[in-house]
Amino acid sequence: MIASLEVRKTFRRRNLVALGSFALIAALTLGSSVVTAFDWPASLRSFPKALDWMAANFIPDGRALRNAPKIGAKLAETLLVSVMATVLAAACSFFMAILGSKTTRLHPLVSGFVRLVASLCRNIPVVAWAMIFLLSFGQNVLTGLLSLFIGTFGFLTRAFMETVDETAESSVEALKASGAPWLATVTQAVVPSILPQVASWILYMVETNIRDATLVGILTGTGIGFLFDLYYKSLNFPSAAFVVLCIIVLVILIETLSNALRRLML
Amino acid sequence: MKPRIALRRPTVPAVVLDATLLAMVGVTVLGFFLIDTKGLKAGPASLKLLSDLTKMFSRPVALHFSLPEALYAVLVTLGLAFLTTLLGAALALLLGPFAAKNLGRPAVAGALKAIVAFVRAVPTVLWVLIFAVGAGLGSVAAVVGMTFHSFGYLIKAYSEAFEDIDASVIEALRASGATWFQVVWRAVIPSSTSALVSWTFIRFEINFANAVAMGAAAGAGGVGYDLFMASGFYFNIGEVGFITYLILFVAIFLEIGATRLRARQHVQR
Repeated sequence: MIASLEVRKTFRRRNLVALGSFALIAALTLGSSVVTAFDWPASLRSFPKALDWMAANFIPDGRALRNAPKIGAKLAETLLVSVMATVLAAACSFFMAILGSKTTRLHPLVSGFVRLVASLCRNIPVVAWAMIFLLSFGQNVLTGLLSLFIGTFGFLTRAFMETVDETAESSVEALKASGAPWLATVTQAVVPSILPQVASWILYMVETNIRDATLVGILTGTGIGFLFDLYYKSLNFPSAAFVVLCIIVLVILIETLSNALRRLML
Repeated sequence: MKPRIALRRPTVPAVVLDATLLAMVGVTVLGFFLIDTKGLKAGPASLKLLSDLTKMFSRPVALHFSLPEALYAVLVTLGLAFLTTLLGAALALLLGPFAAKNLGRPAVAGALKAIVAFVRAVPTVLWVLIFAVGAGLGSVAAVVGMTFHSFGYLIKAYSEAFEDIDASVIEALRASGATWFQVVWRAVIPSSTSALVSWTFIRFEINFANAVAMGAAAGAGGVGYDLFMASGFYFNIGEVGFITYLILFVAIFLEIGATRLRARQHVQR
């Protein structure tokens, strides 16, 4: 009897939680729809409309293919900028993460400072950084490089700090107990044990940065994003479609490559 | 002379790791010679950047909008992020069980994963701009376009959360005659709720940044649009600073929430 009462209570509580969550989500949905002037029927209609439009206009044609060299060059530039931003950011993050991680930090104040800088870098969106750098660096490839660098730095510093804490904590403790100096501990124990994870994060960020570079390119007038925007705004949709196709191929290639590398490395 | 003892024999993982890192560094060094900076003088530009950064963080001003208007713009951006997350989560929850190896047919799971890889390969902004032609610039194109990526991200996260479930639980339920639907609805989803909530909130955090971006690059409104106007149209660094502070506060708040949820999930495991 008592047991069944307990069970009933548990179930009632569970139902109440479910009901409460549902009501909260419904209220937030309604509020969001009103604030953003979101038209639900129109959003459903947009699907067939967009698909129809894509089938009719968004197919690369002969003229688009003639733009291939130009698109290829911009695509190469975008890939280059993504890799550069990632590698440069990873190099900085690597040192910062060792100074910032709880396991390897030299001083809590330094660690706190590193965490603060990284948090600022990643919590200000890449778009905002791009709009900030646009004022001083203008429509230049360096604007994109710099904004991707800052965003990647913020993200990777946190990721690397977590990696250090997860993979090297016990070995650092053991080495500390045996009296090994800090520098030897870091170079001989921490660095080798986190390197595979670091490489994996770098590959992941290259992928992410190619997509983000497209966005930043639209805003700063550089790279493949600029070319897409150019074709899109001049209503040259077949060429714009070709750009999208090229981006898809590049991203999937990079993804496949990095997955293969990851499998071999880890 | 005694031969040196090889302390670290080169293994395949070690060689691949070194080659990968070396190739990346090589490309980066090469990149400095290859990228066309159009003769930009990095020195003066950096000095201007330094003064810009000092100005924007020390003297943020709002010229073209009042504080209530700015807060409302933040609310619009949060609304876009919420709707996107909701739609993405609903779709991912619906299709996630089919993409999980332990629940769906391998062929269906494979097909879903291929579609998702394609969906995620297209940058969000391009989805939004493609939908904008059909639906017009605005919240509909932004939310529908951003939903693609949210769905792609969440279905991966959800299906992996489902795959983490103890196989014996599913087996026991099947053996006692539970239907596939009952297994998913009564066992798999309830026992992975905390993982689902945590991943969804992380996606909400990402979607907030995305919604800012779509406001700036695809006319979706909200605080991103104000940012775009302040920088690209009025060239007002003080106003850029004001908006950046607003975005920063919300983003840090969301990050703390996401970190807490994730920590709680780890404790539960």
